[in-house]
Amino acid sequence: EFRRFSLERSKPGKFEEFYGLLQHVHKIPNVDVLVGYTDIHGDLLPINNDDNYHKAVSTANPLLRIFIQRKEDADYSAFGTDTMTRKKNVLSNVLRPDNHKKKPHIVISMPQDFRPVSSIIDVDILPETHRRVRLYKYGTDKPLGFYIRDGSSVRVTPHGLEKVPGIFISRLVPGGLAQSTGLLAVNDEVLEVNGIEVSGKSLDQVTDMMIANSRNLIITVRPANQRNNVVRNSRTSGSSGQSTESSLPSSTPNILANFLQGEEESDEEDIIIEDSGEPQQIPKAAPASESLESLTQIELLHESTQNGFLPSSEMSLNHSAGSISMEYEVQDAEHKSLEEDGTIITL
Amino acid sequence: MRRFLRPGHDPVRERLKRDLFQFNKTVEHGFPHQPSALGYSPFLRLMAIGTRSGAIKLYGAPGVEFMGLHEENNTVMQIHFIPDQCQLVTLLDDNSLHLWSLKQHSGASELREEHRFTLKGPPGSPPSATQITAVLPHSSREVLYLGTESGNIFVVELPSFRVLEDRTITSEAVLQRVPEDYCNRRSCELVEALREHPKNPDQVLIGYSRGLIVLWDLQNNKATHHFLGSQQLENLYWQRDGSKFISCHYDGSYTQWPVSSDNKQPEPLENLVPYGPFPCKAISKIYWQTTKNGLPYIIFQGGMPRASYGDRHSISVVHGSQQTAFDFTSRVIDFFIIFSSEPTAEFDDPSAMVVLAEEELVVIDLKTAGWPAVHPPYLASLHCSAITCSHHVSNIPLKLWERIISAGSKQNIHYSNMPWPIDGGTNMAPDPPQRDLLLTGHEDGTVRFWDASGVCLHLLYKLSTVRVFLTDADPNDNMNTLGEDEWPPLRKVGTFDPYSDDPRLGIQKIYLCKYSGYLAVAGTAGQVLVMELNDEDAEHVVDHAEADLLQDQEGYRWKGHEKLKTRDGAVRFEAGFQPFVLVQCQPPAVVTSLALHSEWKLVAFGTSHGFGLFDHQQKRLVFVKCTLHPSDQLALEGPLSRVKSLKKSLRQSFRRIRRSRVSSRKRRGVSGNASEVQEANAKFDQDALQEMELAPVQRKIEARSAEDSFTGFVRTLYFADTFLRDSSRHCPSLWAGTNGGTVYAFCLRVPPAERRMDEPVRAEQAKEIQLMHRAPVVGILVLDGRSTPLPEPLEVAHDLSKSPDMQGSHQLLVVSEEQFKVFTLPKVSSKLKLKLTALEGCRVRKVTVANFGSCKTDDYNENDLAVLTNLGDVQIISLPFLKLQIRYPCIRKEDVSGIASCVFTKYGQGFYLISPSEFERFSLSTKWLVEPRCVVDVPEVTSNNHVHNKSGMENAARKS
Repeated sequence: EFRRFSLERSKPGKFEEFYGLLQHVHKIPNVDVLVGYTDIHGDLLPINNDDNYHKAVSTANPLLRIFIQRKEDADYSAFGTDTMTRKKNVLSNVLRPDNHKKKPHIVISMPQDFRPVSSIIDVDILPETHRRVRLYKYGTDKPLGFYIRDGSSVRVTPHGLEKVPGIFISRLVPGGLAQSTGLLAVNDEVLEVNGIEVSGKSLDQVTDMMIANSRNLIITVRPANQRNNVVRNSRTSGSSGQSTESSLPSSTPNILANFLQGEEESDEEDIIIEDSGEPQQIPKAAPASESLESLTQIELLHESTQNGFLPSSEMSLNHSAGSISMEYEVQDAEHKSLEEDGTIITL
Repeated sequence: MRRFLRPGHDPVRERLKRDLFQFNKTVEHGFPHQPSALGYSPFLRLMAIGTRSGAIKLYGAPGVEFMGLHEENNTVMQIHFIPDQCQLVTLLDDNSLHLWSLKQHSGASELREEHRFTLKGPPGSPPSATQITAVLPHSSREVLYLGTESGNIFVVELPSFRVLEDRTITSEAVLQRVPEDYCNRRSCELVEALREHPKNPDQVLIGYSRGLIVLWDLQNNKATHHFLGSQQLENLYWQRDGSKFISCHYDGSYTQWPVSSDNKQPEPLENLVPYGPFPCKAISKIYWQTTKNGLPYIIFQGGMPRASYGDRHSISVVHGSQQTAFDFTSRVIDFFIIFSSEPTAEFDDPSAMVVLAEEELVVIDLKTAGWPAVHPPYLASLHCSAITCSHHVSNIPLKLWERIISAGSKQNIHYSNMPWPIDGGTNMAPDPPQRDLLLTGHEDGTVRFWDASGVCLHLLYKLSTVRVFLTDADPNDNMNTLGEDEWPPLRKVGTFDPYSDDPRLGIQKIYLCKYSGYLAVAGTAGQVLVMELNDEDAEHVVDHAEADLLQDQEGYRWKGHEKLKTRDGAVRFEAGFQPFVLVQCQPPAVVTSLALHSEWKLVAFGTSHGFGLFDHQQKRLVFVKCTLHPSDQLALEGPLSRVKSLKKSLRQSFRRIRRSRVSSRKRRGVSGNASEVQEANAKFDQDALQEMELAPVQRKIEARSAEDSFTGFVRTLYFADTFLRDSSRHCPSLWAGTNGGTVYAFCLRVPPAERRMDEPVRAEQAKEIQLMHRAPVVGILVLDGRSTPLPEPLEVAHDLSKSPDMQGSHQLLVVSEEQFKVFTLPKVSSKLKLKLTALEGCRVRKVTVANFGSCKTDDYNENDLAVLTNLGDVQIISLPFLKLQIRYPCIRKEDVSGIASCVFTKYGQGFYLISPSEFERFSLSTKWLVEPRCVVDVPEVTSNNHVHNKSGMENAARKS
């Protein structure tokens, strides 16, 4: 069934409002639906947040064609695959999903079902001789699967070349996570673990740090094989050489931010069983407003929400608290809105 | 931006931290590890002990202690005090001499190394030419005589160590007037002993190892007398009047020689083999002490019949018809006699014999009939039986303190009442601010109570749990009940006894309530004893209960050791702590955690299988909880207790035996090689360690899985009166933390006092928290509404603590090996955390709440966590915000046993074992410091009278 209604192009409002409007217009207030639109190329694109909603509204000339589909029988593969020339097919596919079954497609799930995978990160802030790798163990049964050892490496220091002790990857377990990512190799020198430099730390210390961070391990290495490095314009490959230590401090704030953020994202919550009941995750307590810590926490939360992640815990905010600081209030509002729409992303 | 909000840059807090925290290693308690030399100054009345690691320790009156360390870390071979000076000379096994002196500095004396010196021979001479074998500090205090392996005696000036070459006594000069036939038979060989004449400082007695003894005139530089001994010489001793001297020999004999002006080559007066006629071992040192009644004391080391008693470490004292061979538990390093050193006194009149054995110090009272031992106020052998655990209790109420002392005094009746004879120096340290007890548990099932208030760690009382059990060795079977006519007349002395009859008796956990006098002690075979202090002897039956920690676990088979058998019927207990209840865990695995609540009269205990709660008032088991993971086969079969503890203790026993053999053999070696052997041995440990470090090591990086072994192992138990169910009512609760990161909380219902015996104590599980990082839980603590840790049981009742704030909301602090986490109560939600391991790669080994007072103002104090990590660092972490305050390196990270043995006190001090026999005391607090502070005053020297002082002789060379 088709409905036609108008929106103010300059002030489209938020996606939730729009979503509510759609549900209202179609009189399906309690049905979960997927919203999509066709862009100027005729591709069917999803609308599920403020950004792509705004984009969709801005592309309307003047008409914006929106497709609504029940979530249960949605066919995700339809998104982003079709062009104008096969517009009819799109429509028919969407409207009569049964036909579509004949074509085997690679099924790509919705963003909320995506699972983070191991990757190279922070390429832009690191010197090209270094590589920062995030190993995600989530959802795989593979062991992290690598070994480290003591060794020594040559560094350029103000006093000339100097041999300094370092930590190296000594072995990769076949079939392990580290090997399957292809991002780490034997003899890579480990420089940092989750933002903390390993220099001056013993092998056992570094081992413990890695294991303690194993749920979200970010290690910065100097790959043994330097030929696969990304060469950026900012530096000519000739001069970059091994002179790396000097460039590290400038990136520290980023490293720190990244680390802290990563920690919040990944930190699994402890489980509590009350009175021998069902196990459940332990929620975070509402931060008390006076302490320094609480400020830090709020900022962290702020940052994480901006990244589209929300800690999976319920935010039971203590409204009776008297002296609530300004940051707190901002945070408060944002939380509420996020809670209402119910699209909490769980990693 | 966030970075700038981090604490630690707050100047006010930084200043406060300086007023609160400070790290000091203050004093070493116990008996020095591997002592190697002994010295004594009758003038200062100070004793010096040197060790194989190059340490030198001086002891005087209780509290008077000094310590120095040679940079070389070489074995100290000899120690000689300079007569009538606050100075001493040490000889190391690298042939270097070191001059140490006690100097006063801002009101306290300090031991400092002043000079070092190595004797150098002419170019091209063999090293043996300058290898020092005997040292004689001359009573003129200006020169040292150094006897060497080549037989030459060098003279060096003090304190500059300048060699006076024109005064060297060469062996050629000595041999000039020796009869040809004697000379041909034997050359001089090395100088074994140098002794100054007691009356005439110009005469020195020189003993060579092949038996020749020469009296040398220093003025005329020539030998005046030759004594042609026929046996290999071990040592020499002058009689007080200088008319005779005595020599002792390798064949177990001693000889008296007259010294008179008419005979320049006298025959011996008497030659005796005291334990003959069969071959005897060497007499390595001898004393001849005169008394008023005419009968001398002849005291000598060794000389036992080689075949039947060659393995004994003995010192014999002969006085008229009385003769006793004191039989020591370990090798005798050296000994000295304390006698009248007044130069005007006519007789020696010995009062005490001080013997340094390898594992303990024994002092014998020679004035009291029967020659009883004197109880030393320091240098206690902590390791008489290996230490298995320790527990510290601060601020003991005076009442309990006195009762423990009185119980202990009943055990010490066989000791002499003689005041401690080594009483030099003055203790300037202020009286200890409070009475502290350190309790050590031992492998043989004993608990020793030490006075840890001050510098001297002093044994107050010894408790044995053995009586409760039936063991193979009957405690009444005394090994030294020898008949009257037994020859030699051996008498065992000393307490060192490292061989445990049954390792299951070993004490693993101790908990003492200082207010009620209740003591809980738990051991290797799952035994938990609850005791009460009784001032009288008593005979009673010990109640017995079993706690089956496995309950309904299927397919279980315990392959570890059996439980200990108990004695039936009433058992007689001496005054002191007397057990009244025994709870036996089943399976009898080692008890890994213990908590006692004396107010609720409950005791909680945990093993690798689970934990239980016992009501010791009603003598009823309240509940047990099995914490085993079904897949945890290792814990089920119990290799922890059997393989690890039993095998380990066996291995250690063998190692101990082997070690003592090695060291005794080494001492018998020829002097030339001895030093090399020792050097090699000393280096051996280091090399072995280095080798281990050089071996290619790699570490596997693996996320922790839930299937790790020993997850059920109960690491910590904690009683708290807090809000467990709802925020309106608080109730007693028991908390337990396991190796697998699980925390269990049980809600307890303890009947009110008037109905305490009528109604049972009830318990119900209220919460179970699983830490996702699954690291072992090492500490649980509840903070009250003011974020103060809950007080100990009975603390409030005794008005010693503010009652906890029950209005505000309580918080739960869970410390795992990797993280500190604060949760709210009663609804558990996480509030704060510190991920120590993720940030620093270190793990928490020990954690305690400690109270720190400011050294600037009396009214400020705060509670913090004192933490010891696996790297041996000590950290202080603030409560309740979990901010790292300060970190100090404390223990070497390779020193695993040191880290494992560490205990913190409630006021920011701590102890850890630096050797099996020594505790190092350290302090993190600016306010509570227990360290030696003492003064050694130089007594007035009226120079002429003291020229003939015998201290020179006292410290003259001895063979080692």
